Amino acid sequence: MSMIDCQLVFNVENREYVDLDLYRSRGGYGALAKVLAADPRESVYVLKEAGLKGRGGASFPTGLKIEMVRSNQEQERYIIINADEGEPGTFKDRYIMTHLPFQLLEGVTIAAYLAGASRGILYVRHEYDEPRSVMRESIAQAKRAGLLGENILGSGFSLDIELFSGAGSYLCGEETALLSSIEGRKGRPQVKPPYPTQQGLWGKPTLINNVETLSNIPKIMEKGALWYRSLGTEDSPGTKLISLSGDIRFRGLVEVPFGASFRDIVYEYGGGPKPGRKVKAVNIGGASGVLIPEEMLDVPLEYGACARAGITIGSGAVFVLDDTRSILDNVSNRINFFLHESCGKCTPCREGLRQAQIIMEKLIAGQAVMKDVQNLERYTRVMQNASFCGLGQAAGNSVISSLHYYGEEYCSRCKDGEEDLYGEESA
Amino acid sequence: MQAVVQEIVGQMGNEKAPLLQVLLAVQDASPRNYVSEEAVRAIARSMKVSRCRVYSTASFYTEISLKPRGRHLIRICGNAPCENAGRTAIMEAIQQELGIEAGETTADGLISLEKVSCLGSCYKSPAIKVDHQVYGNLTPEEAVAVIRSLREGGEQ
Ligand SMILES: Cc1cc2nc3c(=O)[nH]c(=O)nc-3n(C[C@H](O)[C@H](O)[C@H](O)COP(=O)(O)O)c2cc1C
Ligand code: SF4
Ligand code: FES
Repeated sequence: MSMIDCQLVFNVENREYVDLDLYRSRGGYGALAKVLAADPRESVYVLKEAGLKGRGGASFPTGLKIEMVRSNQEQERYIIINADEGEPGTFKDRYIMTHLPFQLLEGVTIAAYLAGASRGILYVRHEYDEPRSVMRESIAQAKRAGLLGENILGSGFSLDIELFSGAGSYLCGEETALLSSIEGRKGRPQVKPPYPTQQGLWGKPTLINNVETLSNIPKIMEKGALWYRSLGTEDSPGTKLISLSGDIRFRGLVEVPFGASFRDIVYEYGGGPKPGRKVKAVNIGGASGVLIPEEMLDVPLEYGACARAGITIGSGAVFVLDDTRSILDNVSNRINFFLHESCGKCTPCREGLRQAQIIMEKLIAGQAVMKDVQNLERYTRVMQNASFCGLGQAAGNSVISSLHYYGEEYCSRCKDGEEDLYGEESA
Repeated sequence: MQAVVQEIVGQMGNEKAPLLQVLLAVQDASPRNYVSEEAVRAIARSMKVSRCRVYSTASFYTEISLKPRGRHLIRICGNAPCENAGRTAIMEAIQQELGIEAGETTADGLISLEKVSCLGSCYKSPAIKVDHQVYGNLTPEEAVAVIRSLREGGEQ
């Protein structure tokens, strides 16, 4: 695998920390020099051609987002690096910050230059003490080397990056909540539009990107859009960092070109289940993602194909449950998580989650009836359709997918469970 | 208190200081890991904002405490990857060792125990964090050993 790996974007296989000297000796910061000397419009064009999409969850085209900020009349603009990484089961941004800090900083600097932003904020979740201190030190080093701060590489372009810390709120990863949090308010989401690209931090145009997204940029600018497209598929160029956890032999971070199947991810990259065990379910995209059965693992890791199969790639967390696990316990764990993280601003999410928690507890205690399961589905649908922000909209994904694929586990815990899950009443 | 807070706020830009970052820094400077009522008043005064505003922000965030906590914080991840890897047994062992439940502080004010969301360390679930350090792949016995060494260190 290593032959292929060294041609990817992150090359995580050796778990190597790349310091500034090593990074530069391998051509690091060459892309920035190239971009600073070129016509920014052409560089943005390369990013669009490469087909890079956001890795923070919403998969919005990155080149287009940069262009939207760039084309704004307002000259005071910001770049925010979203390192809130709150999705349970995800540790890719942590890895980038602790192992490849300069690849991230080069990407940030290029993106800021193209968007015309001269102030940046790196918002790191509270739990990440080590990544925060590595980034603090790396920012200082880059400044001393003339790669950040005033007049970068003699180009006249300046960029300052400040480090901010989150305070234990999952919701603050959502971009408008993130803005509120930086501005010192409660981290509650705001109405869009206006989008942050139009009116973001302090009302100014703001580019908000995920750590992994930005860290792709130096490689694209260095090697070109064609090279990038040669990795991955037509629909989804490039690679995705996958955080593997759960009941598999190799837990940890892997870099997977788009187009590989989830079966490859679980069995090749993850080494399959532990000896004597079978894969029962795979959870993709963290707590807000779906649970799929082993038979569905042939779906390729690709935005289009996944959307058609009802899978959200999200942060790229892949969490495996083997045949010793209870689906209901795992779904219940997620509901409790979201109930804790919900900000309570809108009713469908706040009340829907509370009801879901009550029903899950009844089910697990063997006290529920089929009617409860039907209600659970109904409340969850309302939550998906009527919640104000992405938290509530996605919180029920594990409920709906598990009802679909593991309905019998719900039924078998009901007092009147012999009946069909979708009896007359839900017609 | 006013002097400590004023210094923190001053370093961060006085009235333009980012409130959440100020709250975190003030909390970090407190040996009991919290933001006291007095500190809230001092922050409001230094930043020229209402106390209500300071409370409103402070109370939203899980990681800001308005009540005194222990000098050491033990955080146990409660999400699915850690749950499946045995975090409940670890929680129980630590609760028994300390004689407190999650969300409580030992009577001597040394240790608080908290259940938190994913620590981004699920490649070594079950994971716990003791102050700034994450420990992974723990058995309940190992977790208790970590706590004991903390207590011995703390009582010196
Ligand atoms: C509840 C919620 C939590 C989110 N958490 C994160 C996060 O931790 N990190 C992240 O990069 N994006 C997160 N997002 C997505 C952001 O809103 C935003 O789309 C992203 O930062 C944009 O960057 P990208 O285009 O590079 O993906 C979250 C979204 C929602 C709805
Ligand atoms: S969906 Fe949930 S988290 Fe989002 S605004 Fe509504 S209550 Fe808050
Ligand atoms: S789920 Fe426990 S560290 Fe991620």
